[in-house]
Amino acid sequence: MVKGRQGERIRLYVRGTVLGYKRSKSNQYPNTSLIQIEGVNTKEEVAWYAGKRLAYIYKAKVKTNGSHYRCIWGKVSRPHGNSGVVRAKFTSNLPPKSMGARVRVFIYPSNI
Amino acid sequence: MAAKARNPRKTRNPDLVRGVGKFSRSKMYHKRGLWAIKAKNGGVFPRHDAKPAAETQPEKPPKFYPADDVKKPLVNKRKPKPTKLRASITPGTVLIILAGRFKGKRVVFLKQLSSGLLLVTGPFKINGVPLRRVNQSYVIATSTKVDISGLNVEKFDDKYFAKEVEKKKKKGEGEFFETEKEEKNVLPQGKKDDQKSVDASLIKSIEAVPDLKTYLAARFSLKAGMKPHELVF
Repeated sequence: MVKGRQGERIRLYVRGTVLGYKRSKSNQYPNTSLIQIEGVNTKEEVAWYAGKRLAYIYKAKVKTNGSHYRCIWGKVSRPHGNSGVVRAKFTSNLPPKSMGARVRVFIYPSNI
Repeated sequence: MAAKARNPRKTRNPDLVRGVGKFSRSKMYHKRGLWAIKAKNGGVFPRHDAKPAAETQPEKPPKFYPADDVKKPLVNKRKPKPTKLRASITPGTVLIILAGRFKGKRVVFLKQLSSGLLLVTGPFKINGVPLRRVNQSYVIATSTKVDISGLNVEKFDDKYFAKEVEKKKKKGEGEFFETEKEEKNVLPQGKKDDQKSVDASLIKSIEAVPDLKTYLAARFSLKAGMKPHELVF
């Protein structure tokens, strides 16, 4: 990211977990993923996060653009159910190995 | 054409029902005063003969006739407006920048530019953020305000922030390897002076408030247990 300086660690994103793809019992739809955002437990709380950008960050062996880290961007689209889980769409579908992995939920585009 | 006296003139013939007016044609003739116009003109309606058109050059036959019909794009008269400024953002508000090089920095809002971007300054001496443009969506407005009344920011607009156009240099044989990294982008002294003048009065009003200077120097970060949807900024 930045020139490898020490600096304070600023976290301007909320941690989230990828739960899996949107699915019914025996069919899954990988174009939409389900995300559990930390600290969000009801669908009313999810309203604040609608439209916020998401990033799934992963590492690769080959350096692209000068870094081993790569990113898939996405957006929170709508609540999923009543308990704060969120549906999200990414620019390309999340890979299956992302299930259970960390996702960053940014606070922008902000409306405060 | 004479200027229209009153552009949106409501009709003298109110609708009873859509498509049915209250007054008949003859009543409207009287209401509009067409009888007076006729009387003024000697019993007939005034005629406006077509003005002789200005001399046009005789049209030359075009040099090129396209093989198929060329479609003309539709004319677009739309003028985009600058983004609507959130009610929470007023001149002097402290904003938190959410992304980019200065993420987490708390910064003072000066004004909205005509492109819709927000003009913002650290002040530079306090947190290293220069006069900069920032998009409204990448910013959280806090309820902290700084007194900005003494500040004149008229001269700053989007053109001030435009990139310098580099003159193209013809590459000679020997110069090929030398001109790789010649001039580093040095900030022109004028911009540094602008920064200093803007910050001078700002810093005075900031130091008047206890702790505001350290507040602006510190960065914002989410900590464990903080939920942004419950925070009040």
